[in-house]
Amino acid sequence: MERNLDLKLLLQIFLTFLRISPTSFGGGYAMIPLIEQEIVERRKWMKPKEMTDVFVIAQAAPGAIAINSAIFTGYRMAGYLGAIVATIGVLLPTFIIVIVLSFVYLQVHDNPKVAAAFISIRATIVALIIYAGYKIGKTAVVDRTTFCLIFLTIALMCLTSIHPVVVILGGGLVGIVIVYIRKKIGMYTKMSIEEQHNNYQDYFMGGGI
Amino acid sequence: MILLSLFLTFFLIGLVSFGGGYAMIPIIQAEAVNRHGWLTNTEFTNVIAIAGMSPGPIATNSAIIIGSGEAGFWGAVVSGFGMVLPSMMIILLIGMMFYKIKQNHLVKSAFYGLRPIITGLIMYSALIFAYNNGMVSSLTWHTWSQIIILIGSLTALLYFRLHPVYVILLSGLVGIAVYA
Repeated sequence: MERNLDLKLLLQIFLTFLRISPTSFGGGYAMIPLIEQEIVERRKWMKPKEMTDVFVIAQAAPGAIAINSAIFTGYRMAGYLGAIVATIGVLLPTFIIVIVLSFVYLQVHDNPKVAAAFISIRATIVALIIYAGYKIGKTAVVDRTTFCLIFLTIALMCLTSIHPVVVILGGGLVGIVIVYIRKKIGMYTKMSIEEQHNNYQDYFMGGGI
Repeated sequence: MILLSLFLTFFLIGLVSFGGGYAMIPIIQAEAVNRHGWLTNTEFTNVIAIAGMSPGPIATNSAIIIGSGEAGFWGAVVSGFGMVLPSMMIILLIGMMFYKIKQNHLVKSAFYGLRPIITGLIMYSALIFAYNNGMVSSLTWHTWSQIIILIGSLTALLYFRLHPVYVILLSGLVGIAVYA
């Protein structure tokens, strides 16, 4: 009996995220009100306060906020299996759409009109990346050190063959070291609230990543 | 073996994907274009364009497209799975500790402060969306139509309590009627 109930819950979790997933145009943030409405208002699986905790965890972990929210919601509803079915539910529709879109693209990319469109789109993508960089940068720069670190990273990437993964990991380490040294010499580092802000900002800009 | 190579590559990328989709572009490029030669720079830019047009996260979408280009359906599956698996592992790890650390006084106070901030940030992201849609530019006909659709959608959600999915679909139909 209880096993049947579990399966029913798992199916409900799967179908809920399956339904939300294809509407996640415009990034992970577009999905937050949808997840909230389904989980809190419609299904009443969680209280609004619990839901906020889920989003806090989802944005702190690596990966897309929409997928992370699904993983954590599924886990809190039905353990590991819940996490797995929620992930499959949230990924399946976008997976199919992406496969179909790239297939369609391969079929029509020789068409002169499509080819011409993509020449323009490519330029737009560059602009988009610059814009995303500007948005993240605006909240990342809290003092002179962070300002300099941006240019240091650009120089490092241009002049050496260092892997971006190493840069990310090194960046985390550098941050810890700088704050530690500053504390030792009695300097205050402003970072807490802006950091939260920063995480949210770039996840949003990254299209939910 | 190409499937294993795809999986390991995107697992590594997924593991460090702090900072969202656009922050992942140089890493995917370093791995897929420079290191493995799975695609050219131009092809990679087209992949990003298609990934951006699709619903879902841009980094995961890119992984799926690159994987399918390299090794068909199963390439897409292992690439997408590789990208998501680190998130899953880390969230489950946090999730297991969450109830324990939730009793902690410091964590409690942190969440007390965090909640209003999260609320504010979501409101802020709404403003950015509005700006991107040209809703705060000069008051042209386009701007007005955007503002009217915004108010109409808000009414549908708050007053008529319509499901967001239907509001989006409805708005899409309105868009076709107005802008096409």
